[in-house]
Amino acid sequence: MMRILFFGRLRDAAGGRERLVALPDDVGTVADLRDWLARNDAALGSAISARGVHVVVDQVICNKDAQDVRAAAEIAFLPPLSGG
Amino acid sequence: MIETLVTGEAFAPDAEVARFVAARGADCGAAVTFAGYCRGASKNGEVTQLELEHYPGFTEKEIERLACLIAAKHNISDVLVIHRFGAIAPGEPIVLVAALSAHRAAAFAAVEELMDYLKTDAPFWKRETGPDGACWIEPTAEDRRRREEHSK
Repeated sequence: MMRILFFGRLRDAAGGRERLVALPDDVGTVADLRDWLARNDAALGSAISARGVHVVVDQVICNKDAQDVRAAAEIAFLPPLSGG
Repeated sequence: MIETLVTGEAFAPDAEVARFVAARGADCGAAVTFAGYCRGASKNGEVTQLELEHYPGFTEKEIERLACLIAAKHNISDVLVIHRFGAIAPGEPIVLVAALSAHRAAAFAAVEELMDYLKTDAPFWKRETGPDGACWIEPTAEDRRRREEHSK
């Protein structure tokens, strides 16, 4: 199982902070994962594809569509960061 | 030393600064500190609460990375960052940044640059609540411009 996390306004778009999912065999990369999430929820799909959204794979910033996610335990989608 | 803390508890900036500065070395002649507080009003009107969401584990790691990056850039070895998460009431401290150096210029520059980085690069998400509801706050154009200045 993979844990998918959504923060900030993406948490609102996803209807919750965390989803536990079993990835289908045809989802291999970050881009595939985005497409798969969009297939079930178009509004969430466009929210996580927006400019400024970071993708973090197992707590390391990735931001590469081609990154292989099949072995990942946790993937997070982060909207623009805003500390201080 | 580089000291960072991401906490859900309220903290007292004065006490933290006193403790941090008291441990300075013999060659330290300058201490610069910045404290950021939750405002009771913003451009959207009255603010009754600020909620700061963070990504446990990742946020701590990134704050530590930013503090080390800025310390190395300004060739200083003593930096303190304390950052709150969770529900924050108007008037409460959100962030404290402090730096020690031999002379003032490096400590001033490090504190200002670290704050500019925190505004756009620290993994927190802010939601402001007022009488008319809540909205997410993202970095302003000015925040981004200031951050970009450091990349030049």
